[in-house]
Amino acid sequence: MADIAETAGTAHTAVDALVTVAPRPPRRRGIECALIVLAVLLSVYGYCAVGLAHDGTVPPGTVRYGAGLGLLALLAHGAVRLRAPYADPLLLPIAVLLNGMGLVLIYRLDLDTPGNRAAPAQLYWSTVGVALFIAVVVLLRHHRVLQRYTYLCVAAALLLLTLPIFFPAVNGARIWLRLSGFSIQPGEFAKVLLAVFFAGYLAANRHALALTGGRAGRLRLPAGRVLGPVVAVWLLSVGVLVLERDLGTSLLFFGLFVVLLYVATGRTGWIAVGLVLAVAGALAVGWLEPHVHGRVTDWLHPFASIEAGRGAGQLAQSLFAFAAGGALGTGLGLGHSVLIGFAVKSDFILATAGEELGLAGLSALFLMYALLVERGYRAGLALRDPFGRLLAIGLASIVALQVFVIAGGVTGLIPLTGMAMPFLAQGGSSVVTNWIIVALLIRISDSARQCHGTAVP
Amino acid sequence: MNLPDDLDFARREGTRTIRRAAALCAVLLVALLANATRVQIFESGRYGGNPANHREAIDRYARPRGDIVVDGRPVTGSRYTGGMFRYERTYTDGPLYAAVTGFSSQRYGTTLLENAQDPLLAGTDPMLSLFPLWNDFVRRHPPGGQVVTTLNGAAQRAAYRYLAGRTGAVAALEPSTGRILALVSAPSYDPGELSGASASVAEAWTRMNGDAAQPMLNRAIRQTYPPGSTFKVVTAAAALDAGVVWDPDERTMSPNPYLLPGTTTWLRNETYGCANASLRYAFEWSCNTVFAKLGVDVGPRTMAATAEGFGFNDPGLRIPFAVAPSTFDRKLDQAQLALSSIGQFDTRATPLQMAMIAAAVADGGAVQAPYLVEKTTTSAGETVSSAAPHTRYRAMSPATAAVLREMMTDVVRQGTGRTAQIPGAVVGGKTGTAQHGVGNSGRPYAWFISWAQAHDAAEPAVAVAVVVEDAAGERGEISGGGNAAPIARGVMEAVLDSQPGYGPNSHGSASRPRSGTSGRLWPSPK
Repeated sequence: MADIAETAGTAHTAVDALVTVAPRPPRRRGIECALIVLAVLLSVYGYCAVGLAHDGTVPPGTVRYGAGLGLLALLAHGAVRLRAPYADPLLLPIAVLLNGMGLVLIYRLDLDTPGNRAAPAQLYWSTVGVALFIAVVVLLRHHRVLQRYTYLCVAAALLLLTLPIFFPAVNGARIWLRLSGFSIQPGEFAKVLLAVFFAGYLAANRHALALTGGRAGRLRLPAGRVLGPVVAVWLLSVGVLVLERDLGTSLLFFGLFVVLLYVATGRTGWIAVGLVLAVAGALAVGWLEPHVHGRVTDWLHPFASIEAGRGAGQLAQSLFAFAAGGALGTGLGLGHSVLIGFAVKSDFILATAGEELGLAGLSALFLMYALLVERGYRAGLALRDPFGRLLAIGLASIVALQVFVIAGGVTGLIPLTGMAMPFLAQGGSSVVTNWIIVALLIRISDSARQCHGTAVP
Repeated sequence: MNLPDDLDFARREGTRTIRRAAALCAVLLVALLANATRVQIFESGRYGGNPANHREAIDRYARPRGDIVVDGRPVTGSRYTGGMFRYERTYTDGPLYAAVTGFSSQRYGTTLLENAQDPLLAGTDPMLSLFPLWNDFVRRHPPGGQVVTTLNGAAQRAAYRYLAGRTGAVAALEPSTGRILALVSAPSYDPGELSGASASVAEAWTRMNGDAAQPMLNRAIRQTYPPGSTFKVVTAAAALDAGVVWDPDERTMSPNPYLLPGTTTWLRNETYGCANASLRYAFEWSCNTVFAKLGVDVGPRTMAATAEGFGFNDPGLRIPFAVAPSTFDRKLDQAQLALSSIGQFDTRATPLQMAMIAAAVADGGAVQAPYLVEKTTTSAGETVSSAAPHTRYRAMSPATAAVLREMMTDVVRQGTGRTAQIPGAVVGGKTGTAQHGVGNSGRPYAWFISWAQAHDAAEPAVAVAVVVEDAAGERGEISGGGNAAPIARGVMEAVLDSQPGYGPNSHGSASRPRSGTSGRLWPSPK
């Protein structure tokens, strides 16, 4: 990604150099529109490929699916064109493509689990997500408005995080709110709220955090006075972990806070403190909490259940699926990732991509995420106001950490923690949240590029 | 830019930290890509081969399996299961062909032809596709091919019918080519019961394996028995080829009873007139004493060499599945050699081996490599491979073979094998009754090996070996002639009846006089 950033940076500088002549930067909405059409066509192609592989015919809903996705994408594009004309032209096409591919993969898995169809609900939630995207882009005139609600956000986030404790645990994790038929994961929305809070808090207190405290050798240690909030967030993460048994979310919150702390203060000491706390917390919880302990054991010995004669466990099945894909994959609709069983459409959705699209398709997906993150960081780099840049970095880091935690988990790189692959995985709360994240990034990048019409970074 | 110094510093500082955070994300991306490469490329084969990974099996059973063909008709099929393993094997006449087809089970793998021809039947054989590399690349398999067997359905059915309710085996060959015409083991089992992956399959498996009658044991090729007197064909061939006996009608210097050399054990006969009997008489009436002494006179090395010339001690025989090697010990003292020469001690043979002995006599001394697969084809019927008949062993000289043909014909015409006579054909045979068990306490095995040639044919059409483990009758009376010879006759008749110009309607007609009247009139050697 560093390479991409460098290359894109050079191009950007060259373009900006030209732009200094003109009073306003190019809007590039035409490029965005063309990329969106490409993204929709790719998704429709995938949808057809699934049907052809499975039944030998183009699935009956192709036109409806293509028209639906295309309409959503064009509505979103229209909103951007009207209200955020200088926004980064890559963000929306990437979101459309990832969401479209997610729908294709879920539809593909539905064919193998006829009693449990998830694609219609996912399409419904995608519609809600795009509606919220449009709402954010239209109604939020400037990202700095959010800074006013810093502490309201943290209160809301804490409320959302504590709510599921009063609801029954599902599959070992207390992260769902069940309301008359459908369930919501409030932790997903809490991510955005916490990112806003972190950005607001750190933007206001970054000098105090950066310039106080003693030294230990070459490291400048933070002062005890400002250590309080850090410990509070750490306790929050551990609390989430222990009370809700949600290792992934806790890891995400803590990672997000450490990254933003570092970006805001430039103090390596914070990273050191963060790492020490993270390792201590992880060790303690890994030792005490059987649910987490089991995940670590699975990660170290994914085939232990086979050797014990109990057949392949979920992680082993996931690894088998990736391995079956090889370099080029089996082709859409031709794999057997459904053998993973439970959570194949949510946490393990990437295994289907790995098996049917191969290392080539998987790498392409990773690069799409990397590009999304990179555009977020780029918007942050270009902004002047500390809140905006921290918010952009925070939102992009949420995506980056989330992809790493779940993709690393299902491929056996790190212990598996339940988490949704952004846009790809089945899960309404997740899709909606990701569309809000992209909407905020659009809004921020619009400010970033607009105010740089005459200023070259 | 006129930013305040503080803000400017913070901005530059911020830019540096953002770039570092971005670099961290890049490290995470590289870690993900490297790990994905590890799993998908380097560990791919190992994970794919893990027994808990069902993908290989799913792929394998995703298509109907190719068929095994007897007499132009498939004796196998495939059934859509609707489960994860989509197709399972069916058999039109499972127990009848079980000793040839074996089973193809989703739970227990494959055996016999299903095993030996598995790549072709499953459609993974690269020979099946025009562009194998392209098919590998796009991961497409051609449909499974067909295996056309050499079996003669009528002979197979006859053997199966005659063995019904008994324990034993039949192997029948075409002497001039080595084509296997019948291969039956009784009691048999239905391989279709093992096809699927369900609990009933496991139940059937447990039941069949626990059955004391051992229905899944392929007695025709995987079980060796003491051949008893049928082995005297080999001893006679050795004696004639080695020059120990010049004239089969000359009296041999053999005492009755015969004292096994170096021991105090006397070997006796169950028939009369064996003292100093000629080779012909001794063969016809199965004199143990004469053949025991002949074996000793020939010597252990020549006896072993002759036995190996018939196919003994050959662990490499495949038809195309492996055949248990028949054994003749190379290191024997004289008493052991004497007993081995009459098919006792540790001489052991499969029924297929004994059919090869009869075929060697019928074919002028050469043993053609036995084979079961005439050809393999694609599902569309294009030939993939064809059998190449060839001589595998040289058992004896043609002159010796001619003498043995006469002597075997005598056995059927007027000796112990009269129950094998077939109107209109020359039949040669040899009976055997093999002792076994500790102190020979087991019920003896009844043997009969024979060949048959229609009067109007240029060469013998069939050689057959029959063994019956649970022969009827009292111990002393059990003989190959009584129990096994009628089965051999039935199989030989079935083969002769299916020859062109030798229909079932011509039985007993004037054009084909009884064999007894023309037993010594040989067609010229081919």
